[in-house]
Amino acid sequence: MTEITDILKTMEYGMAPEDSSAVRDWLARHEAGFGHFIGGSMTAPGETFEVTAPASGDVLARVTQGTQADVEAAVAAARKAQPGWVGLSGHERARHLYALARHVQQHARFFAVLESLDNGKPIRESRDVDVPLVARHFYHHAGWAELMETEFPGAAPHGVCGQIIPWNFPLLMLAWKVAPALAAGNTVVLKPAEYTPLTALAFAEIARECGLPKGVLNIVTGDGETGAALVAADVDKLAFTGSTEVGRIIRRETAGRGIPLTLELGGKSPFVVFADADLDAAVEGVVDAIWFNGGQVCCAGARVLVAEAVEERFTRLLSARMKALRIGDPLDKNTDMGAIVHPVQLDRIRRLVAQGVAEGAELIQGDCPEGCFYPATIARHVEPASTLATEEIFGPVATITSFRTPEDAVSLANATRYGLAASIWTENVNLALDVAAQVKAGVVWVNATNLFDAGAPFGGMRESGFGREGGREGMGAYLKAPQPEGWETAPEAPGAAPGLGQPQQGIDRTAKLYIGGKQARPDSGYSYAVPGGLAGLGNRKDIRNAVEAARKAKGWGKATGHNRAQVLYYLAENLSARATEFEARLTASGSSDAAQEVETAIRRCFWYAAQADKFDGAVRPTVGRHVTMMMPEPFGVMGIACPVEQPLLGFVSLVLPAIAMGNAVVAVPSQTHPLAATDLYQVLETSDVPAGVVNIVTGERDVLARTLAEHDDVAALWYAGSAEGARVAEAASAGNLKSTWCLGSRDWSGPDGQGRAFLERATQIKTIWTPYGA
Amino acid sequence: MTSLPATATQMALHHARNAGTALEPAMFEGHAVNRSAAEKRAAQLTTRRSVKKAHQAAWLVNAIRCIDLTTLAGDDTAGRVRRLCAKARQPIRPDIAEALGVTVTTGAVCVYPTMVPHAVEALEGTGIPVASVATGFPAGLMPLPLRLEEIRWAVQQGAQEIDIVITREHVLTGNWPALYDEVKAMREACGDAHLKAILATGDLATLGNVYAASMVAMQAGADFIKTSTGKEGVNATLPVSLTMVRALRDYGAITGERIGFKPAGGMKTAKDAIAWQILMREELGRDWLEPDLFRLGASSMLGDIERQLEHHVTGRYAAAHRHAPS
Repeated sequence: MTEITDILKTMEYGMAPEDSSAVRDWLARHEAGFGHFIGGSMTAPGETFEVTAPASGDVLARVTQGTQADVEAAVAAARKAQPGWVGLSGHERARHLYALARHVQQHARFFAVLESLDNGKPIRESRDVDVPLVARHFYHHAGWAELMETEFPGAAPHGVCGQIIPWNFPLLMLAWKVAPALAAGNTVVLKPAEYTPLTALAFAEIARECGLPKGVLNIVTGDGETGAALVAADVDKLAFTGSTEVGRIIRRETAGRGIPLTLELGGKSPFVVFADADLDAAVEGVVDAIWFNGGQVCCAGARVLVAEAVEERFTRLLSARMKALRIGDPLDKNTDMGAIVHPVQLDRIRRLVAQGVAEGAELIQGDCPEGCFYPATIARHVEPASTLATEEIFGPVATITSFRTPEDAVSLANATRYGLAASIWTENVNLALDVAAQVKAGVVWVNATNLFDAGAPFGGMRESGFGREGGREGMGAYLKAPQPEGWETAPEAPGAAPGLGQPQQGIDRTAKLYIGGKQARPDSGYSYAVPGGLAGLGNRKDIRNAVEAARKAKGWGKATGHNRAQVLYYLAENLSARATEFEARLTASGSSDAAQEVETAIRRCFWYAAQADKFDGAVRPTVGRHVTMMMPEPFGVMGIACPVEQPLLGFVSLVLPAIAMGNAVVAVPSQTHPLAATDLYQVLETSDVPAGVVNIVTGERDVLARTLAEHDDVAALWYAGSAEGARVAEAASAGNLKSTWCLGSRDWSGPDGQGRAFLERATQIKTIWTPYGA
Repeated sequence: MTSLPATATQMALHHARNAGTALEPAMFEGHAVNRSAAEKRAAQLTTRRSVKKAHQAAWLVNAIRCIDLTTLAGDDTAGRVRRLCAKARQPIRPDIAEALGVTVTTGAVCVYPTMVPHAVEALEGTGIPVASVATGFPAGLMPLPLRLEEIRWAVQQGAQEIDIVITREHVLTGNWPALYDEVKAMREACGDAHLKAILATGDLATLGNVYAASMVAMQAGADFIKTSTGKEGVNATLPVSLTMVRALRDYGAITGERIGFKPAGGMKTAKDAIAWQILMREELGRDWLEPDLFRLGASSMLGDIERQLEHHVTGRYAAAHRHAPS
């Protein structure tokens, strides 16, 4: 046995293969091919496609390509099961979710091995990250099911949820989707990614094993066409995790259908290293950021931004660390990075990197075996405009760009259309929190990266999507509060020609647009007749100007809640002082109860003033020795299209919550009765509302709303109008994937006109993780 | 049967001794060590790397080569030390060693100064060096001249390595010149004997202190930096060790010197032996798995390693009573 002495010379690690026999046996049992899981049993295989192990290219299984009929059958099964499922008590649903959590734990190694075979990720990750998080997710949501009645009184599930998940964390994404949906009382049709459907099918078997009622969970396998069929199907809620490109298509496809949508899309997340950081810690952070799961992670810290003062040293340390990574067999316990999920993805990575090199990037790469593997890569000299700095590569490629000052770092970090995650490395708590507040990202990790927990909301800003998964916010996405039904009838297009108005008395009053704190004539030079006079006929350019003005009103979002409250109280005071004038205006516009409308508007000012410093975030217990903060942040610039009826109250009800939370708005008031809103700009001025915080553009609402929906610098849009207008607004919002909220017609003076729901919709959650330890 | 080089040759330094530098606070002041990140990395070391079968056996044999087999107890006697030395010469039962095809001794034995003569005698001709703790071990709160005299005495008795303890107060008060001067004086007192500086990291509280103390000890000429006396509340841990080996790496990058690392105290299992070797290999590379740059200060660990090696050879789980006690 000279082997020992040979090893003693090199002190290599050797292979530490994970046993895959249990998984191979399971696959052999299903050699004939998998069907779908519909109504509690597996269907016979239909037309199948091969599922391969990316590391070896071996065929693992044959899986059915879901047809439209399959999807419809699954939706029907889910529909049938839903009343029974929601009819269970929260406690009874909790027992089912608990059973799923336990079964995942009991089959933990089986799932880990199957995931690594199917996806190519190293066993260390599937064993230590994916599967434990899956179990955690089901436990956490067993808890929400238990607490449904007390924590979400009055809320109801949507019904049947269509869910489409990606291939990078197949089982974990299933858990993120299925657990909250089921906890809330929805039933589910889930489509796993065609590259990696196997753990979902195994999960279907354990769902049956632990007695989940038939039809509560349905799984239909297939490619993008199957996904499209699910998007088109009769579901009540859609949730998608995947590429921004497909997310955009889904947004357009579902526009106007009135089904809530959660999109968790791509990213190009910054990883910011300041000069005072623990550089070794940051280096290890990069390993966990971009070389975790081969960089096939939507929130991967792909853009390393490093202080120029430490760039050389950091790059040296990082290169040395990178070269110690082991790339190869996913089932070897010594593998740091496994295979790329599919040759198609490998080609894409190669193509993008080649383009980056052509643009001047310089590569540092480690070794990698033949086959569907890509080496750990550092790309230096990557300019902010280049392909590698802007395109999501979805591979193990970190770019390095230097910065000089914190301001510089923030500006580079935010120079992206995405906004999923950010990682900030500094020992200076002042600096860390300052930058955390400024980065546009739904998740921020301070001195850490890629931390997840079922209790911490995860999700993006900008084109990384909208909606949150995890925690109370994630549950909220699978619940609905009772909402009024029905849409407004769209008003006729305004006529710009004279002769349509009523004769006026007294001195002529000119209602202008209100942009950047100044009254402005409409760019068109036209006006249209409204009760009480003429209103400016605003157009695209007025919207453009108004958005620019709103963008400049940056200070408002940074003002304290107390400051904003003061302004809103003052607004109430001044509105009250001119109450009779507004009443007269509303009466002239045909209002039957003008006094009541003005009085309610004044109260609403008080209510949102009161909320300005009270609508707050939370600190969640997630993992040990971390502060995980949920902070509601304003979107920035919001577009608001107001209802025709109740012209003062409709305007105030929508604009106030938005500005109370620190947004600047571009509002299109009631198309038919805009003068109550234009009268308001004098009140805004006297109430110290800073210039640009509220901008008013009168005119044809649906046309202006569309321009707002299309505007890439508008982060959120509220539309209160017709069904068709809502469809157009949602479809047009797909350009920058802005958050949209379409409100049906309602009595704005009643409870539907005010509440926390407005504040929740006026903000987006930023989750900030800060580990601590002396 | 292929023999490893004799321990004596293994011990020969493959590099020049650390010449030290002037006190250079710039090399450690302001150097951040993030506790959470260090703990995370430490936890991942053993989940990212694993050695199985023959590799595991080889890594365990290598651990033996690096063990400073230690007894530091108030009831140590000449007989106890002789028994320890016998175990150091023959750390695993001959049939196990033969089956593995290796000849192996521990890296050194480590004793109190008054036990040095017994150890030297017991190890004569083996090439296994005797290490002595000194300088008022374990607290070190003795007048400096006495501490230096203790070093000289132990060296005179034949100790080839001196494990000194630093004055923790100097670290806790940030009195780097005092720490530097003390260790430098100790290094001079050692003469040709190698100096291992015990930082007593369990007393230093923060990883920033650990990094700074490591750096000052190296600047003052330490050949090795060592975590603990074994008498502190918390002894060798992986996060502390990670911080020290990174300090050692940084010192080497600037000066070109190669410094050794010795975790000590609290490591009892074969699994620990593997974990610390993974740390060395991952953070510093192959060379730091040799006894001239790496030692494990341990006593009961050897027994567990021997059992694991017997299991490797026979396929049966072993019993401690079938192995010689140390």
